Amino acid sequence: MTLLSTSAQAVPPPRPRRRRPLSRHALTGWGFAGPFVAVFALVFLAPIGYAAYLSLFRDRLIGGRSFVGADNYLQALTDPRFWDGLARVGLFLAIQVPVMLGIALLVALAVDSGRLYGKTFFRVGVFLPYAVPAVVASLMWGFIYGTQFGLVGNINDAFGLALPDPLSPALVLASIGNIVTWEFVGYNMLIFYSALKVVPRSLYEAAAIDGAGEWRIITSIKLPAIRSALVIATIFSIIGSFQLFNEPSILQKLAPNAITNDFTPNLYTYSLSFAGQQHNYAATVAIVMGVITAIIAYTVQLRGMRKG
Amino acid sequence: MTTSLTTAASDSATPSPDRRAAAAPATAQRSRTGTAKRRGRLPHTPLHPRPSLPLTLVTGLVLLYTLLPLAWLVINATKDQNGLFDSFGLWFADETHFWDNITRTLTYDDGVFVRWLLNTLLYVVAGAGGATVLAVLGGYALAKYEFPGRRAVFAVVIGAVAVPGTALAVPTFLMFSNMGLTNTPWAVIIPSLISPFGLYLMWVFAAEAVPTELLEAARIDGSGELRTFFTIALPLLMPGTVTVLLFSMVATWNNYFLPLIMIKDPDWYPLTLGLNAWNAQAQTAGGEAVFDLIITGSLLTIVPIVAVFLLLQRYWQSGLAAGSVKE
Repeated sequence: MTLLSTSAQAVPPPRPRRRRPLSRHALTGWGFAGPFVAVFALVFLAPIGYAAYLSLFRDRLIGGRSFVGADNYLQALTDPRFWDGLARVGLFLAIQVPVMLGIALLVALAVDSGRLYGKTFFRVGVFLPYAVPAVVASLMWGFIYGTQFGLVGNINDAFGLALPDPLSPALVLASIGNIVTWEFVGYNMLIFYSALKVVPRSLYEAAAIDGAGEWRIITSIKLPAIRSALVIATIFSIIGSFQLFNEPSILQKLAPNAITNDFTPNLYTYSLSFAGQQHNYAATVAIVMGVITAIIAYTVQLRGMRKG
Repeated sequence: MTTSLTTAASDSATPSPDRRAAAAPATAQRSRTGTAKRRGRLPHTPLHPRPSLPLTLVTGLVLLYTLLPLAWLVINATKDQNGLFDSFGLWFADETHFWDNITRTLTYDDGVFVRWLLNTLLYVVAGAGGATVLAVLGGYALAKYEFPGRRAVFAVVIGAVAVPGTALAVPTFLMFSNMGLTNTPWAVIIPSLISPFGLYLMWVFAAEAVPTELLEAARIDGSGELRTFFTIALPLLMPGTVTVLLFSMVATWNNYFLPLIMIKDPDWYPLTLGLNAWNAQAQTAGGEAVFDLIITGSLLTIVPIVAVFLLLQRYWQSGLAAGSVKE
């Protein structure tokens, strides 16, 4: 039910140079924002509340649902399977995020420098994998990794090499890192490139006249100018790493021995809930994970935005 | 002499004589740059650089990395199972089975792939279309109306972005299953309707693109709020709207986790789940190995979205630029 005053009433003469919209349109504002807020409450706020509720209870075969207070949380905080997964995504993001953002930044600077032949082709081509579903990307790379009919197997046969199996337990995390990098390097490149485009060109001219070289212009003008874009991209990448699910979940079929059901916290939550029917404990692990993610994202933001 | 990004840090603040010279107005440049289109082109200043071959080659390595797997996919979509096992991955097999593969992909298991394609289209049209409508209305309201709770709405939505979507999955599934929505299209469409990023983008965009004075003028002329929105604001919001639609389309077309938990019935699978199911079948002992269909199906899955992406690619740029924070 939206309240939109469509009747053409007599409007009082406006005060000149009014900055704020009319407050009598408050209801209209809610009318426009209402649909989003209603659905948002249903699919975001209600599940968060429900998860918090679930995390305080436990379902038992005998006696049904009972209140257990913080028991689920204590269990999660002392659960080695959860911590192993968390350590794994921590290692993953410590290596994958800097590599991906570094490559993205280099390409963005190269495209922005105007020194590339076929600039548009580069911009579109590097961004293209973003349109590829995680399922297709994982299957594609999974087959390429394959020693059966994959490219790695081909290269081994053709050159008589013995490249290690990318899907072996030792290497599978790096192989997933490569897939995620491939998917998102272009997206981050475009964020950086968009930020670079709004830097006034006159700054470069002034710096060049002052004798600054290209390298100096990058470190002293371009990088500080896109600082907020770098921070935002870092936060999104960290959140994404903590949520790692799609790629390991799909590769699991190709590498069942290397990717266990608790490989990442999200895989663990998923298998707890949908294979183990432990919905209460799964909700608890999800909440703990969400809190850890939020704290780290917030810390990065505070550190990144500090002028220094 | 072309300096590129790979210049060592030693080339920092010391003014080199040749760059000084380049900064001076050059008249004899035209002979060197052939047909200089821009007048007074200065080849060595950061403002008007000359394309650099070394830099192009280095950046080309990244381009090769992003495009090579897609080339692999196209090449291997032309092979049958034997070809997949026998021929080199980055070259074509002796005989091509491309059309045969496409036909078999579309007809395998009573044409289930086509059914998945139609499901995906339904989820994209309803989910991404709805998400765009909600984001445009909400962003416009946040940008142009003072209503009580406006700040709270914005703070909550932005805060929710930091909540891992997968953390919500289990409780959302349980809620929906209590409502009897799981295993229906609604279970995929309703969560797809919310795009916090889209709302943020539209809010930034509406604040820039729709002058408040224009809305006030319409009010003075007696136009109702809805009419003002449709006749004045909406046309101005079009570029941002297309951007949000693009991002929502890619998100719903590529969605895997949400349908994975919500949909058990293969008749309601989107393409991503279908491909995953074929892969699971191929990897299990006794299942029919359909590697050729997985590869061809993967190609068919990305062709429509890549086509949309290429046709509307300038909107990606404008959207991300609107979202980028100007300091």
